Amino acid sequence: MPRRSRLHIPQHHSRPGEEPDFSYLETSPAGAVPRPDVNARVRDIGNLSIDLVRVLDDNHVAVGQWNPHLEVQDLQIGLRHMLLTRIFDDRMQRAQRQGKTSFYMRCLGEEAVSVAQGMALRPKDMLFPAYRNQGLYVVRGRPLVDLMCQLLSNTRDMCKGRQLPVMYHWAEGRIFSISGNLTTQFPQAVGWAMAAAIKGEDDIAVSWIGEGSSAEADFHHAMLFASVYMAPVILNIVNNQWAISTFQGFAGGEQRSFAARGPGYGMAGIRVDGNDFLAVHAVTQWAAERARTGAGPTLIEHVTYRGAAHSTSDDPARYRPKDDYEKWPLGDPVLRLKNHLIALGEWSEERHQALAQELEVHVTESWKEAVQYGTLTDGPRLNRDLMFQDVFKEMPEQLRKQREQLRTEQGV
Amino acid sequence: MPQMNMIQALNSAMDIMLARDPNVVMLGEDIGYFGGVFRVTDGLQKKYGEHRVLDTPIAEGGIVGAAIGMGVNGLRPVAEVQFADYIYPACDQIFSELARLRYRSAGDFWAPVTIRTPCGGGIRGGQTHSQSPEGIFTHVCGIKVVMPSTPYDAKGLLIAAIEDDDPVIFFEPKRLYNGPFDGDANKPAVPWSTHPKGEVPDGYYTVPIGKAEIVRKGSAVTMVAYGTMIYVCEAAARALGIDAEIIDVRSMVPLDTDTICTSVKKTGRCLIAHEATRFSGFGAELSATIQEECFWDLEAPIGRVAGWDTPYPHAFEWEYFPGPLRVAAALKAVMEAA
Ligand SMILES: Cc1ncc(C[n+]2csc(CCOP(=O)(O)OP(=O)(O)O)c2C)c(N)n1
Ligand SMILES: [Mg+2]
Repeated sequence: MPRRSRLHIPQHHSRPGEEPDFSYLETSPAGAVPRPDVNARVRDIGNLSIDLVRVLDDNHVAVGQWNPHLEVQDLQIGLRHMLLTRIFDDRMQRAQRQGKTSFYMRCLGEEAVSVAQGMALRPKDMLFPAYRNQGLYVVRGRPLVDLMCQLLSNTRDMCKGRQLPVMYHWAEGRIFSISGNLTTQFPQAVGWAMAAAIKGEDDIAVSWIGEGSSAEADFHHAMLFASVYMAPVILNIVNNQWAISTFQGFAGGEQRSFAARGPGYGMAGIRVDGNDFLAVHAVTQWAAERARTGAGPTLIEHVTYRGAAHSTSDDPARYRPKDDYEKWPLGDPVLRLKNHLIALGEWSEERHQALAQELEVHVTESWKEAVQYGTLTDGPRLNRDLMFQDVFKEMPEQLRKQREQLRTEQGV
Repeated sequence: MPQMNMIQALNSAMDIMLARDPNVVMLGEDIGYFGGVFRVTDGLQKKYGEHRVLDTPIAEGGIVGAAIGMGVNGLRPVAEVQFADYIYPACDQIFSELARLRYRSAGDFWAPVTIRTPCGGGIRGGQTHSQSPEGIFTHVCGIKVVMPSTPYDAKGLLIAAIEDDDPVIFFEPKRLYNGPFDGDANKPAVPWSTHPKGEVPDGYYTVPIGKAEIVRKGSAVTMVAYGTMIYVCEAAARALGIDAEIIDVRSMVPLDTDTICTSVKKTGRCLIAHEATRFSGFGAELSATIQEECFWDLEAPIGRVAGWDTPYPHAFEWEYFPGPLRVAAALKAVMEAA
């Protein structure tokens, strides 16, 4: 038989109505992957990009060299931040359904990524997030009211009504403005890190994209500049298996891990269980120290699952089994950390219930305050003149004229 | 005749072309199994297979670059860019390659690529789901640029675009997908099923690229527009009771100067409307051309009404959008000028 070339089409593992099938997912037992020195040579640590770094085992015990040995108090704070992120998400989703805001995106099932990483970094490290990293804001302590006001495009909106909901920014908190255009932040984070190195400062830059976004050319620009200049940066790919309706195989995850692109570019690559709070924290600490001490950048792939719809405009029942998330082999990050704390004797169902209730109240109170400043449909509105500001530092004549024209048009 | 909305009409065009020509292929993000985020390619992968309707990685530069290669190798690719706001990563492939391949190879290489992309605001999409970048593409010689305003034209123009041996960027005004929209967001939505241009033949037909259409006859002034602005112009003319002639440009490149200028010479007045930002927008080209051709027949300066020269702000969508109020004010100014 003569051989012929053929076009390979990545195949989804299960479709609506079928049994969820995660047999494609390669994992390692908790504790199995050794932790190398932070300045190990890239060629000596290739396995880190193939294996899966995990710390929490099936009995909720932290095992192996990657155990970050965090204080109980920090674990409890991590749990609190993750739970708050989830409760906040649920409430904002409902607000969108009630027509109070136009759009929302949850990070259900991915809370450990932003929360553990945010906690493992220093407050002055510069963050270049994607749209599903709201946990970073929770860790860095931005009041929920401020986030809600952005979602409502109201009179206290940090973006002055210019951005789609969830596209936050926070200059003092060192969190960069989120773009609607995927992956643009990746090379920018590298440039920020290069500047830190040029200035001789030891702050690092950290950026996040989804696995789908790693297809964009900007991913490759970032990887190349980071490795050429050994920039003090951590580049994260959050592999939540889905990019809207498209399975991670279409981003190139079928033949090899995303983390393996790190060594391909000559930089460290780590594949981590993204639902394991301790493992995420540990690899981030490792990568941060590596970056801060001049040993170069790291690409981290977080293996996780997008538990929610892509956004409030999406219906995943069209493209994946309804119970896919329930069957996800790496579990729920909140539940896993909770069970770990219980196993340590430092937490209980009662305390968990009480915490959830406290956070619910906090979210509800914040919401009550936020809507006083206006919603998409009611209440005080931003001054429309704001539309013309910040296009340039100084408003040119042409925009001033257009502002006047709008005032006339609106009869003010 | 069947009634279709613009989504169904576009889908029908692609269905027909996939069936007629085995070289037609489609590629884009979420277009296959899922059928596209606006469902424009719904059912096509199921019907024609995964080798004809390809889901792609999220890489617009890769999509257009690969489409060019496929086109050079004999296929007739129809690429979807999920939102016009996300076409920029593909711009080098479009500007430097797709648009110039025929010229630089003296006609020996060319790629019959169609790029479909939804554009325009009015869906609360914020600054990255609302843009109208058509003017940028008209400035690059070597690509055709079209934008339909009705289901009938959408289907006929898309078939023509796919059959065209030159590259075509096909802008889909997404606010018109489900019905004509006159810019008044408070009015209930009007479906295409109640509109004469929602009548779309089931079978093959084309609407020629390069022909404008007079959508409303009139003698007092010529309103030149395309996409969503057609309906805003109609609403403004109706509100003021002005006997305006309204021309749907449909094809920006090549431009039907004849139809436009014949009308302006007849009416002596002209207002140009588009949703895109005003400065260096396609309206500037229209205005210059009309001025050159019709100067001695003009009774008043040509008017232009457009989006403001700012990004599309989420909270001020309706203050940004050149709605009936702004168009009516501009129309009045053109009518009252000496
Ligand atoms: C340049 C660009 N192309 C396309 C889109 C449309 N889009 C928005 S999100 C998305 C999927 C991204 O998936 P992934 O990177 O995996 O992130 P996730 O949503 O899973 O967190 C797409 C295609 C966009 N925003 N920008
Ligand atoms: Mg993803």
